[in-house]
Amino acid sequence: MKRLLWPVVVLLLLLVVNLVFTQNFFSIQMRDGHLYGSLIDILRFGAPLILVSLGMTLVIATGGIDLSVGSVVAIAGALACLQISEDASLFTAVALALALSVLLGAWNGVLVAVVGIQPIIATLILMVAGRGLAQLITDGQIITVNSASYKVIGGGYWLTVPFSIILVLVVLAITAFLTRRLALGLLIESVGGNAEASRLAGIRSRGIIIMVYAFAALCAGVAGLMISSNVSSADGNNAGLWIELDAILAVVIGGTSLSGGRFSLGGTVLGALIIQTLTTTIYSIGVPPETTLLFKALVVTAVCLIQSASFRAKVFGRRGRAAPPSPAAPEEKVRVTA
Amino acid sequence: MPPPAPILRMSGIGKQFPGVKALDGVDLRLLPGEVHALMGENGAGKSTLIKVLTGVHPIDAGTIELDGRAVAFTSPLEAQQAGISTVYQEVNLCTNLSVAENIFVGREPRRRGRIDWPRMRARAVELLARLDLRLDVSAPLSAYSLAVQQMVAIARAIDIDAKVLILDEPTSSLDAGEVEQLFQVMRNLKEEGIAILFVSHFLDQVYEISDRMTILRNGRLVGEYLTRELPQVELVAKMIGQELAALEKLHGEAKEFGSPLVEARGLGRAGAIEPFSLTIHEGEVVGLAGLLGSGRTEIARLLFGADHAGTGEVAVGGTPVSLRTPRAAMNHKIAFCSENRKSDGLIPDLTVRENIVLALQATRGWTRPVPREQQDELVGRYVAALKINPADPERLVRDLSGGNQQKVVLARWLILEPRLLILDEPTRGIDVGAKTEIQRLVTQLSDGGMAVLFISAELEEVLRLSHKVEVLRDRRLVAELPNDDDLTSDVLMETIASGGRAS
Repeated sequence: MKRLLWPVVVLLLLLVVNLVFTQNFFSIQMRDGHLYGSLIDILRFGAPLILVSLGMTLVIATGGIDLSVGSVVAIAGALACLQISEDASLFTAVALALALSVLLGAWNGVLVAVVGIQPIIATLILMVAGRGLAQLITDGQIITVNSASYKVIGGGYWLTVPFSIILVLVVLAITAFLTRRLALGLLIESVGGNAEASRLAGIRSRGIIIMVYAFAALCAGVAGLMISSNVSSADGNNAGLWIELDAILAVVIGGTSLSGGRFSLGGTVLGALIIQTLTTTIYSIGVPPETTLLFKALVVTAVCLIQSASFRAKVFGRRGRAAPPSPAAPEEKVRVTA
Repeated sequence: MPPPAPILRMSGIGKQFPGVKALDGVDLRLLPGEVHALMGENGAGKSTLIKVLTGVHPIDAGTIELDGRAVAFTSPLEAQQAGISTVYQEVNLCTNLSVAENIFVGREPRRRGRIDWPRMRARAVELLARLDLRLDVSAPLSAYSLAVQQMVAIARAIDIDAKVLILDEPTSSLDAGEVEQLFQVMRNLKEEGIAILFVSHFLDQVYEISDRMTILRNGRLVGEYLTRELPQVELVAKMIGQELAALEKLHGEAKEFGSPLVEARGLGRAGAIEPFSLTIHEGEVVGLAGLLGSGRTEIARLLFGADHAGTGEVAVGGTPVSLRTPRAAMNHKIAFCSENRKSDGLIPDLTVRENIVLALQATRGWTRPVPREQQDELVGRYVAALKINPADPERLVRDLSGGNQQKVVLARWLILEPRLLILDEPTRGIDVGAKTEIQRLVTQLSDGGMAVLFISAELEEVLRLSHKVEVLRDRRLVAELPNDDDLTSDVLMETIASGGRAS
């Protein structure tokens, strides 16, 4: 697809930069029956961001936005770790955490679709309050757990592949199935493209909107499990902090418009990978820690600019100026009756 | 009288879009102080010609001369600065800003870097006075009618020392009185020596206001004519490229109808329409006549469940039903093509195919997608039947011309095979050819047993299609007239004017 061209170019460019600074950047090895390598790391550490971005894509496609996913990440991790520390089974812990995430997402959806609050405000409520909820669950402490089975979600391997990568692939496949094989994608794009026209075409947009917010929260919940599992602890304050902003950025870099309508799951995955690769790059080329955020901002700005067709035209001057004067048309072809 | 030198001369204009030759060797000249009509069917190249003139698109061939100097604008702003101003069909103003702000937005008079509000208001009043308009310029634009907003757009356009004023379909949402007001303004501007390029689908208006016209067909020039020397029939023939079959009255005789399909009893909504009763039979075409804002659209929206009725009840096929939402109405096989296809009909970012299957998909829910083969089959059938052009289902619907967009919305509802089809101004802003096609279609559908509620501002059209005509006035249904030989547009107009059950 043509509109994925620039994200691909940017990603490749970043990878090549890494290759210059890190020898063997592209090499993937087998160690103890597990896959190892920088590329695998990017995928592994990028997994939570990809998940959150997938959910965000659908929300943004309806013309909304979800600022609360970072808090949901923290809440899901906190609840799961609390359950496990209280000797609940892995299944119970995961199921409860995900159920709570879906519930919180549905709450967002109801605020937006039924109450009619603007999405940015509606989800801001949970963004702020959710951190408090996570603190409440963990009692203000950082809960550490020691469960080998829970550790698998974020840090384990299955058939030599990191489990988190498999999880991402599964969620991606489900999302693609729901939106592109079933008709959810068309209805989402329709609601995001023109809400009133969609209503008059008989689309029940309320249900759709509640569903996408619930789905975004579910993705965030899974990401929360992954993050807390990877470090075997739940930190209500810092888990998933600012991930919503990275996710929004990933969606935008992937070519989905913030005003809603058309969305691209492939683009979002690329966008999330670009952001994760950038983070890796910052460490590997040794940008001083105090300037990493600034550096990241500059690169992201450049990425966004290079994706804009009008900017490229201006800078590289590829837009054909006014056409060269062509041979004048025969005069007075007009039948003038005046 | 020797004609004065043209202020604008476009010669041999060519414009190629991927896959389409939009313009090919088109010439156009505008004389100062004339109203020049640009005529052609949808897709004939009128909009493209305006766009290349105002610098929205670059030209591929030909030359543009303004005041004898060759010009090539690269943006509408440049064109405007050179004296070519455009007022588009959909008023491009901000209704939440004041009248004065709208006129001067982007080029506010300034004093020491700050906006000079008193001067801005004074100049706005001055400009509007030139159009014989007295408004409170600090009131928000939304306080005024669409017609006045249109004039404000014109005021904005002529402020910039306009030599050429382009009016693209300025009358499509105005009622008769407002059109007259607009024409008066146009005549004043003509007196001042401004050349006006006027695009309209209303032939009567073109004949009333224009001095000369240029006709395009399929991106090519047909010719330039003096309006008074070209009879209407010939104009239409030149536009569609063939002799137009006499526009016969499509429904002559009053038919006997079977059982009533939809019955509304005392249906009403406060502030929108007073309670009315209306019966629509299977196979019947019911026309709604009335002025703009008389409650025509409100009736349609109540019958489709787009708005909630405050009072009354509806029965479909004899059983009382609740039409709380569009979906509920759709379940009873009622379909509604709304008047404003841009805001209430199309999803511009989706393709023609997606727009057409949307309502069908909505009734099936997201879990049961319409199989792709079925989509392609249905879409292909209706694209061919309605002659949607270009016949490419994967094209974005935003790239289609107005008439074709209207057909897309129509196709969306036809694939649902409704029993009652509500058409709110289906022929507004579209050309003669497409208009006749849509009218024919209505006749065919009703012959096939479909009931049609037909709303149109053109009384002639209502008369030609309907079996009976409901007359509206001031948000009240005032009369129901069978469409027999005695019913003429004069009678209709009298009924609208008198508002009684006379005649």
